[in-house]
Amino acid sequence: MPDTNLIIEEKDAHIKAEDFSVFYGNNEAVKKVNMRIPKGKVTAIIGPSGCGKSTYLRAINRMNDLIPICRADGAMMFDKQDIYASNIDVVSLRQRVGMVFQKPNPFPKSIFDNVAYGPRLLGIKKKAELSEIVEHSLKKSAIWDEVKDRLKENALCMSGGQQQRLCIARALAVQPEILLMDEPTSALDPKATTKIEDLIGELCGDYTIIIVTHNMQQAARVSDFTAFMYEGILIEFGITKNLFEKPREKQTEDYITGRFG
Amino acid sequence: MHYNKKQSLVFSKKDATLQWLGSSIGKGFLFLIASFSAVIVFLIFWFIVKDAIPFFAEKGFKEFFTGTNWYPAAEPGEFGALPIFVGTILVTLGAIIIAVPVGICAAVCLSDILPFKIRQIAKPIVEMLAAVPSVAYGFFALVIFAPFLQSLGATTGTNVLNVSIILGIMALPTIVSVAEDALQAVGKDLREGSYALGATRAETLIKVIIPAAASGITAAVVLGIMRAIGETMVVWMASGNAAQIPEPIYNVLQPVRTLTATIAGDMGEADHVIGSMRYHVLFAMAASLLAISFLCNWISEWITTRDP
Repeated sequence: MPDTNLIIEEKDAHIKAEDFSVFYGNNEAVKKVNMRIPKGKVTAIIGPSGCGKSTYLRAINRMNDLIPICRADGAMMFDKQDIYASNIDVVSLRQRVGMVFQKPNPFPKSIFDNVAYGPRLLGIKKKAELSEIVEHSLKKSAIWDEVKDRLKENALCMSGGQQQRLCIARALAVQPEILLMDEPTSALDPKATTKIEDLIGELCGDYTIIIVTHNMQQAARVSDFTAFMYEGILIEFGITKNLFEKPREKQTEDYITGRFG
Repeated sequence: MHYNKKQSLVFSKKDATLQWLGSSIGKGFLFLIASFSAVIVFLIFWFIVKDAIPFFAEKGFKEFFTGTNWYPAAEPGEFGALPIFVGTILVTLGAIIIAVPVGICAAVCLSDILPFKIRQIAKPIVEMLAAVPSVAYGFFALVIFAPFLQSLGATTGTNVLNVSIILGIMALPTIVSVAEDALQAVGKDLREGSYALGATRAETLIKVIIPAAASGITAAVVLGIMRAIGETMVVWMASGNAAQIPEPIYNVLQPVRTLTATIAGDMGEADHVIGSMRYHVLFAMAASLLAISFLCNWISEWITTRDP
């Protein structure tokens, strides 16, 4: 069992999983994971398909609640609270922990309404205020120049890469503290991927970013820390450079050198 | 294993002809089958319009569409069908008012509220409502529901309210089933996207899912309406068949008469005198009904194919 405590001190941790498990029915998809995720950094989670990395990510904003047979065990600490405690308001959790999905999923609404969706839920109604938030969010996600003249157009008319950056803008508009990204570039071409990766570099510092990817080069390029999961177990956690250059565990080495997975 | 492949890549002239012949016959045959239903619709349209023309040629449009006296059997007959059009519109509107909100709520409930296992059972049951013969609905309306309404104080139990409720129930399975399919088709991506932004289930439904499924839901409603407009048996049995405009118009406890019931009811009498105005006026009504159906169909087509 890797000890993230050696690398991430208690005070730097934004998310802390303690003996955290996720079950689908009787199948344990995430097994007693202990992981501290540092604040304001980019942490990548890598591992072969079915290793539980997406399930673990989706557990951080309780997206797995939507799957009826799914349940969690152990503790996931965020802001001194176990988000799986019975008195947790999932809606306010998700306002603070945003998410970007594998496939771009803009709503079939205008570009403006997509970004304004979250702020409107938070009760902001004034047009001027909304416009400011929309502009700011689109600028942060590096897509403002491409769409500023067509905010009223349907978001589904954009290219896949643009849609994904719009989805990032939509998540940022709620001003989350943490941004979860579930293989955000796997449906995109290399050029759009580069744009998203550049964007992640610009966003870190302001946000804690956790990105699941099956592209190891991507993890190496964008992340400060990397976690390697295999069969639901957190095998190794380390500074990205160290993990890729001199992995401590045999399984990590086998995976990153392409011997399996 | 030895395959017997042709060595030359070039088609021989004979093979080319055979191939052309085979594909032409195949295509022609499939085209015939595909166009069969289109031809049927065209024929129905032709035969109805053909027999409607003599009526309009002799009586014109004014009396038929604006007159209020319906005495087709009198000498000379009076053919003011306005009360019948009004009756049709009233029962259809009534059915819409009952079926649309209930149907959409039921569809939302089935699609997003109930657990998956209950939905598996509930949806087929709702769809089974569509399999009940309309005469059974009519019988229920006449024998059980009409006396019940009368016991509550209505002068007659066979009235607009009765028919509207029964037609509404009959349109429900169509609306629920088609609308639920439309809601399901929105998919989990958009639902998750909304929840991830901190939306509740109600917000997700109202602001994302229902708008995204709007065209499918509209199609469901139009299909339901068409079912209500075209229904004959129930309205004949339970509407009271009085060719009068209710006074006041929103008095749902008065009997009315509809286009379908008039055609079905009068045809038995009128076909003794083929060629009479009493005969042709029924075709004028059928043509009007057909026009309304085409219009509804066209509207639903237009809405469903429109850009999201």
